[in-house]
Amino acid sequence: MINNRLDKHPILLVTDRPLFNFYWRGQKLTAREGETIASALFANGIRIFGFHHKDGAPQGIFCANGQCAQCLVLVDGFPVKSCMEMIKPGMQIQPLLGLPELPVLNPEEKAEFHPIKEVEVTVLIIGGGPAGLAAAIELGSRGVNCLLIDDKHRLGGKLILQTHRFFGSVEAVYAGTRGIDLATRLEKEVRKFPTVDIWLQTTALAAFSDKKVGILKEGKEYVLVKPEVILTATGAREKSLAFPGNTLPGVYGAGAFQTLVNRDLVRPTEKLFIVGGGNVGLIAGYHALQAGIKVVGLIEVMSEVGGYKVHKDKLARLGVPILTSHTILSANGQASVESVTIARVDEQFKPIKGTEKTYACDTVLIAVGLDPVNEFYLKAREFGFPAYAAGDAEEIAEASAAIFSGKIRGLEIARDLGQYSGQIPDTWEKTAEILKSKPGQTYPESYLEKETGIMPVIHCLQEIPCDPCSAVCPRKLIEVDKNDIRKIPAYREENDSRGCSGCERCVVICPGLAITLVDYRQNPDWPEVTIPFEFLKETINPGQEIILVDLEGQELARSRVNSVKSIKVNDRTILIKAQVPKEVAKKVSGLRLQTQIERADEKYVENIPDEAIICRCERVTAGEIRKLIRDGVRDINEIKTITRAGMGPCGAKTCTPLVHRLFREEGVPENEIIDQTKRPLFIEVPLGVLAGLNMKNEERKP
Amino acid sequence: MGGNNYDVIIIGAGSVGTPAALFLVRAGFKVLVVEKNSSPGQSSNKRAIGGLRATHSDPAKICLGLRSLDIISGWKEKYGEDLEWYKGGYCFVTYREEEEKTLKEVLPLQKSLGLNIDWLEAKELRQLLPDLNPHDLRGGTLSPDDGHASPLLANEAFYCRAKKAGAEFRFQENVVGLKIESGKIKGVTTDHSHYGAGIVINAAGAWAAEVAKMAGVAIPVTPDSHEAAVTEPVQRFFHPMVVDIRPVSGSANYYFYQHATGQIIFCITPNPSIWGFDVRETSQFLPMVSKRMIDLMPRLKNIRVRRTWRGLYPMTPDGFPIVGWTKEVEGFLLATGMCGQGFMLGPGVAELLARLVSEKPEPADEEVLSYLSPYRSFVSEEKLK
Repeated sequence: MINNRLDKHPILLVTDRPLFNFYWRGQKLTAREGETIASALFANGIRIFGFHHKDGAPQGIFCANGQCAQCLVLVDGFPVKSCMEMIKPGMQIQPLLGLPELPVLNPEEKAEFHPIKEVEVTVLIIGGGPAGLAAAIELGSRGVNCLLIDDKHRLGGKLILQTHRFFGSVEAVYAGTRGIDLATRLEKEVRKFPTVDIWLQTTALAAFSDKKVGILKEGKEYVLVKPEVILTATGAREKSLAFPGNTLPGVYGAGAFQTLVNRDLVRPTEKLFIVGGGNVGLIAGYHALQAGIKVVGLIEVMSEVGGYKVHKDKLARLGVPILTSHTILSANGQASVESVTIARVDEQFKPIKGTEKTYACDTVLIAVGLDPVNEFYLKAREFGFPAYAAGDAEEIAEASAAIFSGKIRGLEIARDLGQYSGQIPDTWEKTAEILKSKPGQTYPESYLEKETGIMPVIHCLQEIPCDPCSAVCPRKLIEVDKNDIRKIPAYREENDSRGCSGCERCVVICPGLAITLVDYRQNPDWPEVTIPFEFLKETINPGQEIILVDLEGQELARSRVNSVKSIKVNDRTILIKAQVPKEVAKKVSGLRLQTQIERADEKYVENIPDEAIICRCERVTAGEIRKLIRDGVRDINEIKTITRAGMGPCGAKTCTPLVHRLFREEGVPENEIIDQTKRPLFIEVPLGVLAGLNMKNEERKP
Repeated sequence: MGGNNYDVIIIGAGSVGTPAALFLVRAGFKVLVVEKNSSPGQSSNKRAIGGLRATHSDPAKICLGLRSLDIISGWKEKYGEDLEWYKGGYCFVTYREEEEKTLKEVLPLQKSLGLNIDWLEAKELRQLLPDLNPHDLRGGTLSPDDGHASPLLANEAFYCRAKKAGAEFRFQENVVGLKIESGKIKGVTTDHSHYGAGIVINAAGAWAAEVAKMAGVAIPVTPDSHEAAVTEPVQRFFHPMVVDIRPVSGSANYYFYQHATGQIIFCITPNPSIWGFDVRETSQFLPMVSKRMIDLMPRLKNIRVRRTWRGLYPMTPDGFPIVGWTKEVEGFLLATGMCGQGFMLGPGVAELLARLVSEKPEPADEEVLSYLSPYRSFVSEEKLK
């Protein structure tokens, strides 16, 4: 029997929740309490959830975020989004084959309705992630009446998927704390304030012109909220890519992957390939390794990855091949992904013939950037609500920036409501700017000449907003410019006559795992290097041979582990100690985890992008849309009219950026494109819920 | 100048203007369509829900409706494009004596005008629509030759065929003036250019009164708004458009059908009417219409609503369109005030316009035009709105 559940994780707590049975196509399977239907299916090795009613194309997980409808399954006769619905004992789950039949009911049954509840609130905060929580804390602490809604089962947004320590400023946004722990901390804080009401599993459906917001409360009740102010903190959605095979089960977003692995604790894949070298893709690769998943490779179309160098270095050191100037040509497979074909690109990002390579893998993660989820904000503004946006919904940046932008927005709203008479501190704006900044200059590596005593070696060479190392050093030996924490840290031995004590705190706190210690005291020719390691302790033992690598993963030396330890102030980072020749000691920045690099089959695959699916809901191909663009169509409404692209359940959330890309490819300037009219509802809702029908428990949920 | 001169200029590429362009270009005229939006059908056409019926209560609309049905239902066979036509019929259901009386009153006239329509008793109606709430059900009319199609695809098909045949379209151009000399129309001025023509057709829908005013002609067309919505697709479980004309507090009639895609599309008439050009969605619509639909057909409670929108009905005081030449300005032809039935009347009206311009009337046209005359008294009342 297949069991793809994680029973151990180096960072995440795996609790022993009760197991129970459910049925997939009548077959009895096991689920663990707290799993969504999708994760329970993945845990049992099932990743094809249905077949599209138009062309029979296999369907599976795509966003894992309740935004699309690719993961629909039939539960007791009703179609539900398997990524949002919790599995329950005895559930009968069937794949969706064609269109569902609307269940037959007794027409004589008397329908009883209740009036649709209307709720007045001062501030409606949509989204309980880092930005929404930070704003709610600012508002709650000033006694402002808020309603915070979130469509998931728990607060924290994407923080709960982040096992790594956060960058940013210790003072402003708890840098050095892991995302999951940050979620808990912010939630605790927000729940202290009695004026903040929190509704989970609650989705904002529409902003209406009569100044009400239609809300699906707790998945079952339609409520109209009348807010004085709306704060949209709805985060981001993952961009998609069009290539042949892009809708095969096994092609999905890096965020979806993190949800399955880090929230739901299932191992959805054995062999992963990642497209996109931004922070999201790099971190997803790291999370995969932590969950024991093989990462076959990561490609980036630009000549350099866009994410933090420390994230990239971390992956490279662990043995993940990172190929820049490469693009994906196709995902291949019959019913789900079996391999991926990539190629090198030229300066115009066009694939170079003859450079195609095919790698065996079962999953392709798309991590090519994020788009703000801002429909609600735009609609609210259009309809004249006082509306604000924070976090990724306002501007895509790191979670630390989202926390800070939420904080600023919260205080601004309090001020605009007359609940705060001060100003927004100038330093806040500056901090916000710093936290949002993209990676800056990269400096060459340089080392102290000294080869005595013990000292940290800082392998952090790229300007990013981050300062925990300097905050944590008890002797103030590591300095980061306080006025601009983007400057790279420096070790200043002269700051304390005693020098470094070897307390190892900087090594464990560094979010980039970019600090090692070199200790010459025992053996100056064979100093001992201390390396941070965020994997299961039992996977590495004293005496074991390891490959020590430089910053970018090149082998420097082979050695045996001296000891494996954790320190008191440690937070699940373990420390590996090994002796290496003094010539390479300062260069060692990690150890290789994946020692076997996957071999690619050289194989020429004709790239037929016309067959790539652009609108996955209505199965509209690039070729169909390209033809219209070539015929002179510039109004996306007309494209929608003719092809139905954008008419599906996701509401054009996925295809809109891809259609724009096609226009660009065809040389149409952005200002000639007419965008399509966006309409509510945000997600599909049963008619009975909208009517205020007293629905019985056994009846459907959205 | 030559390049900017046409035989006929149509203002509006909507449910009337677009098919009119097709029939006029086929009749041999040089045609220009001027449209303020970026592509055809972007105002009220795309907001129409797609019902097509000849089941009206007067000879004019019955006649035009029958023509429209003929054109749309035969389109695929004739031209190839699938307009998602589905001959599901129209079914007006009744639960009270009042509505039964209203429907039965117009039945003889409808039959006399050649409509295929009959009264079904409650039992027969339940066979047709087994999911209908049987409590107090009195029966209803069924006109099996009516049906529904996609307004978007139909308009797009008319547009493509018209363009292919040589009609020109100018999008994103607002009409700012009409050129009139010695009581005769000479052309149209837009915010981009001037176009000359001896005949100008006002097919500007909800904006038609504004356009007519540019010629010094006053027409009683005022838009009111209705909201509509579409659901997820499910397997087909009923065929006709179901219409319930009972007035209740807050709304008059409402109607719904299952489209060829499997989706349910529905709409309600607010009471009192909401006048004006506002098409932003309101919070009242969904709870109001969904309650009535579930009361009528309980099975609908589980279907999920996907999208909602609001569109304009260019209303006239008596509920009948305004079609005909103006007396004030020679060459200025009105084709507006479709009262929310532009899609189902449009192709029929378009053919009529082509005959008017070509001066090749058919025998029935005179009677039809008398009902739709811009100079009628506007006092009668449409029974089956």
